[in-house]
Amino acid sequence: MIGNFVNIGERTNVAGSAKFRKLILAGDYEGALAIARDQVENGAQIIDVNMDEGMLDGQEAMVRFLNLIASEPDIARVPVMIDSSKWSVIEAGLRCVQGKPIVNSISLKEGEDEFLRQARLIRRYGAAVVVMAFDEEGQADTAERKVEICRRAYFLLTEAVGFPPEDIIFDPNIFAVATGIEEHNDYARAFIEAARRIRAELPHAHVSGGVSNVSFSFRGNDTVREAMHSCFLYHAIAAGMDMGIVNAGQITVYDDIPEDLRERVEDVLLNRRDDATERLVEIADSYRGGAARDRAADQSWREAPVHDRLVHALVHGIDQHIEHDTEEARQGVDRPLSVIEGPLMDGMNVVGDLFGSGKMFLPQVVKSARVMKKAVAYLLPFIEAERTSDRPEAKGRILTATVKGDVHDIGKNIVGVVLQCNNYEVIDLGVMVSADRILETARKEKVDMVGLSGLITPSLEEMCHVAREMERQGFTLPLLIGGATTSKVHTAVKIAPGYSGAVVHVLDASRAVGVVGNLMSATARAGYADAVRADYARIRDGRAGSGATRQLAPLAAARANKAVLDWSGYRPVRPVRPGLTVLRNYDLAELTTRIDWQPFFTAWNLHGRFPDILDDPVVGETARSLYADAQAMVQRIIGERWIEARGAVGLWPANAVGDDDIVVYADDSRSTVQATIHTLRQQMIRDRGKPNLALADFVAPFGSGVGDYVGAFAVTAGLGVDDIVRDFEAEHDDYSAILLKALADRLAEAFAERLHERVRKELWGTSPGEDLENAALIAEAYAGIRPAPGYPACPDHTEKRTLFTLLKAEDTLGMTLTDSCAMWPAASVSGIYLAHPSARYFGLGRIGRDQVEDYAHRKGMSVAEMERWLAPVLGYEPGAGATADAA
Amino acid sequence: MERTERITALAQAASRRILVLDGAMGTMIQRYSLDEADYRGRRFADWPQSLKGDNDLLTLTRPDIVTAIHRDYLDAGADMLETNTFNATSIAQADYGLSSLAYELNREGARLARAAADAKTAETPDRPRFVAGALGPTNRTASISPSVEDPGARNVTFAELADAYGEAARGLVDGGADLLLVETVFDTLNAKAALYAIDALFEDLGIVLPVMVSGTITDLSGRTLSGQTVGAFWNSIRHIQPFAVGLNCALGAAELRAYVDELSRTADTLVSAYPNAGLPNAFGGYDEEPDETAAHLHEWAESGLVNIVGGCCGTTPDHIRAIAEAVAGITPRVPPQVPPNLRLAGMEAFELVQ
Repeated sequence: MIGNFVNIGERTNVAGSAKFRKLILAGDYEGALAIARDQVENGAQIIDVNMDEGMLDGQEAMVRFLNLIASEPDIARVPVMIDSSKWSVIEAGLRCVQGKPIVNSISLKEGEDEFLRQARLIRRYGAAVVVMAFDEEGQADTAERKVEICRRAYFLLTEAVGFPPEDIIFDPNIFAVATGIEEHNDYARAFIEAARRIRAELPHAHVSGGVSNVSFSFRGNDTVREAMHSCFLYHAIAAGMDMGIVNAGQITVYDDIPEDLRERVEDVLLNRRDDATERLVEIADSYRGGAARDRAADQSWREAPVHDRLVHALVHGIDQHIEHDTEEARQGVDRPLSVIEGPLMDGMNVVGDLFGSGKMFLPQVVKSARVMKKAVAYLLPFIEAERTSDRPEAKGRILTATVKGDVHDIGKNIVGVVLQCNNYEVIDLGVMVSADRILETARKEKVDMVGLSGLITPSLEEMCHVAREMERQGFTLPLLIGGATTSKVHTAVKIAPGYSGAVVHVLDASRAVGVVGNLMSATARAGYADAVRADYARIRDGRAGSGATRQLAPLAAARANKAVLDWSGYRPVRPVRPGLTVLRNYDLAELTTRIDWQPFFTAWNLHGRFPDILDDPVVGETARSLYADAQAMVQRIIGERWIEARGAVGLWPANAVGDDDIVVYADDSRSTVQATIHTLRQQMIRDRGKPNLALADFVAPFGSGVGDYVGAFAVTAGLGVDDIVRDFEAEHDDYSAILLKALADRLAEAFAERLHERVRKELWGTSPGEDLENAALIAEAYAGIRPAPGYPACPDHTEKRTLFTLLKAEDTLGMTLTDSCAMWPAASVSGIYLAHPSARYFGLGRIGRDQVEDYAHRKGMSVAEMERWLAPVLGYEPGAGATADAA
Repeated sequence: MERTERITALAQAASRRILVLDGAMGTMIQRYSLDEADYRGRRFADWPQSLKGDNDLLTLTRPDIVTAIHRDYLDAGADMLETNTFNATSIAQADYGLSSLAYELNREGARLARAAADAKTAETPDRPRFVAGALGPTNRTASISPSVEDPGARNVTFAELADAYGEAARGLVDGGADLLLVETVFDTLNAKAALYAIDALFEDLGIVLPVMVSGTITDLSGRTLSGQTVGAFWNSIRHIQPFAVGLNCALGAAELRAYVDELSRTADTLVSAYPNAGLPNAFGGYDEEPDETAAHLHEWAESGLVNIVGGCCGTTPDHIRAIAEAVAGITPRVPPQVPPNLRLAGMEAFELVQ
């Protein structure tokens, strides 16, 4: 429906978004920026910024917000529409924008002189302009008046000002229809007619408008409003409207609008009959309550032919009737295979199209896949019985695997489901898969491409290894890279150079289909692979330029600039329960109240803040449904004891030694060192007064006269998950399998949060009187930190080995570490506790060869091995001019 | 020859051949090893601040040197001189306490270049020489915060920049510049303030001179310091309908080529390019030899990328001589026709394709 139509984001408009208005009025510009960023990430090609609000100094707010945007490349990459009814605010905005913006708007309301003055200034500032169909007589409401005013403005602009016609955008006023006032009946038709004539008669000029106005009479009836927006756009775009302020959450698919509703809506919009309004009002109430709420309860789709029921079930992810309908369909065809090739594939194609065009969201797609799998599973015995080896021909065969040493697979599984929905065959080798097995399978199964996934940083090195192996063994298949720690830059700089076949980084599941489609297409493949290759070469070049100049402080200088805490006045708290405390069968109900839901939604590609995301106009419906499913599953996890949560805490006397290490004593005699925790120090060049931090700085140094303490912990909420997941997978229910894993992750994080709280209040007792709400806990509004190996402050995963030994984690908790130091079960967290009130999280940044050599020596590992573990943070090219290994 | 005749001659010359700009002023001034007293001259002998390094001030205190450098570049084959006014705005001169001299520095800077160019034109009247009034970026940025803590802060406003540029441009026009060159643009908002002021000045004076705009890609990311791509930069300054748009400084020719190529394909006006003599070496100097720079620019000319070439930091009359020889006789680039689409820009370019 939407071809070359530019969608202008309206959520950074105080009049268009209540949330944005609240944030701006409260001075929360951070939050306001998040809205802008979210909008751009969700595809707004231009963002409309409007600060017209009586309670606000509009000019100051406009300047402040535009200046802040200028520092945010992920927002400022798109042009701005400076929107105000006050010229002074517009001009202030024009003085803040380095790009070429659009002014919204000017008009002939105050006569030609003012119009020309403003137009000349806009030209001088280098902006395009929106002109309202408004003149000395008022706003134009008929097609004739709209065109007449626009024509007058067009010739004034192009002839008197020399304004380029392509920089003129007319807004011929979208007004509400079906208001009950007869004069309003023709408003929508008049706009559409004016759009057609403006595009035909005023060359190169554009037509725009704010679409939601048209349905104003039906406030509260989202179904009717959405239908009106979609029908209006359908006709207005066909007539030539090529820009608009449209809330993507407030439109529906034109073809999805029920026939009777569409007809009556179009009667109103196109003013086709005198009783159009009455007829729409007549049926409007039967659609009240919103499409979302009706859909679940509405059983009318059950009356449709079986083909349509199957499509409906797939598109809406409803599995109650799937076996019944599949059977009915099977009886109507010669061969069971025809059911798959017919209605089921038709339904999945609709799903694929809707997802591809941004009209369905990931959790919905995964639910659709569940329905599909159930239908196919039902048919399989019949297909087998037919003794046919025919299978519906897949578009391609893709091997996926989480690389050796890594156990994380939620993202990979989602990608697999999405690909299967799009009719690709996916061979999933699971987790901890060695390069040999991946390549052997790839060869044997004749796959079309290989997809690697991983979450922890050592997996990046393993991916490089797989790429090099593919090169060595003469593969030419495309290689896809995905997972939380992977990045386009890393893929371009580290992985792609090792393999001469196509190597593509896939940002998230929603991109997978596009990437795979391009790589499978005989016509597009070469061009696509070349474009990616060129892009990555540019990234490498760019990095070569910047990387070479990155300055690091020598380790000695960084240590000399360590954080110096005042230990003389510090009295460390002696733990209430020193030594090891093990907690088994931890109360899951208690943990569920501590869950931080934000990352849960992110795992499902639903971006936004919790709980606001539940009311998000675009993804809110999906988010609510997912949240409800999650709540229901949490109850089953608890009630049916699906998983067991276990945790261990150790609290011991300790001191910092030799600048960067922490020795952990066996007991208060401080005579026996049972382990050494090694920490890394920042080596970036700091401004004066800012220290180069290492975690050891937060522990009292040996010789300071202060006997300090540290803690270590490990928790898991993953024991039992694998069995239940297997059951779900046997039932072809990937949706529930992924949901469970995502929830186990959240419970493990909640456990870590809860345990830390209990450590502060009871086990260690550093803050016995602390009383914080969950939100404050998530915001880390407490004293002390719990850094985890593999995270920014301590990126060395091998420190987990020390923690596991200290905590006896294998024996007491049943947790293990893989070769790459990933924790099994995957839903686990481990780290150390530092109690000093000044202790804080920081990012290590890049480190130099001097520190890596020193660190390897301290840990008794070779420099080469250390470099492999620390590859993501190395500030130099390992191997280039290397000194001898320390081992 | 009157200015209007020269402007016509400039357009004609640009349609027939690749024009040559001069090279670095600063590099040449360094060769004179001037001391504080040279910079001060008699007029500023008692000035309370150190003035050494204020190269623009030499226009007033050592006009002989500025004129000699202009003459060297003309003798080497330059068609167009840049005035010695890169830092001659009230904003940039504030470092020396000489803001009040801005108009005079620009007028006199233009006058010196005018005299040198006219003297050379008198030798070969069939080949007039032109004066480009240089407007540098200033030492402030309008769209980048000076404070890490407050990304919304600014240490200069659009209005302050426009005032300063307007004053400087007026001096350049009064001193006899044929065209204005807004150059070394690392923040497009600064350039837009300059263009705003220039447009207002032209309206005020009832004249229109050609305007050149030259941006600076600061590193191999292919972006200006303020984060714009080449395409976004072009869309952002196109409203002045420049005589030429181009790139200069920061990179050597080898590194700059891809971005000149991009501009050449999208800009429906003349394209200029004057790179540094390679990338700076460890001591901040430039090592690229004249024949190396010239070889790059020869290839650009052969490939149809450019209409105006010259040199920036580190280039000398020898470079300009080699460049002039390297592009002589090569057909200049023909600007492409572009469809009248709505083009906008944030940090990236936007086009509504019809």
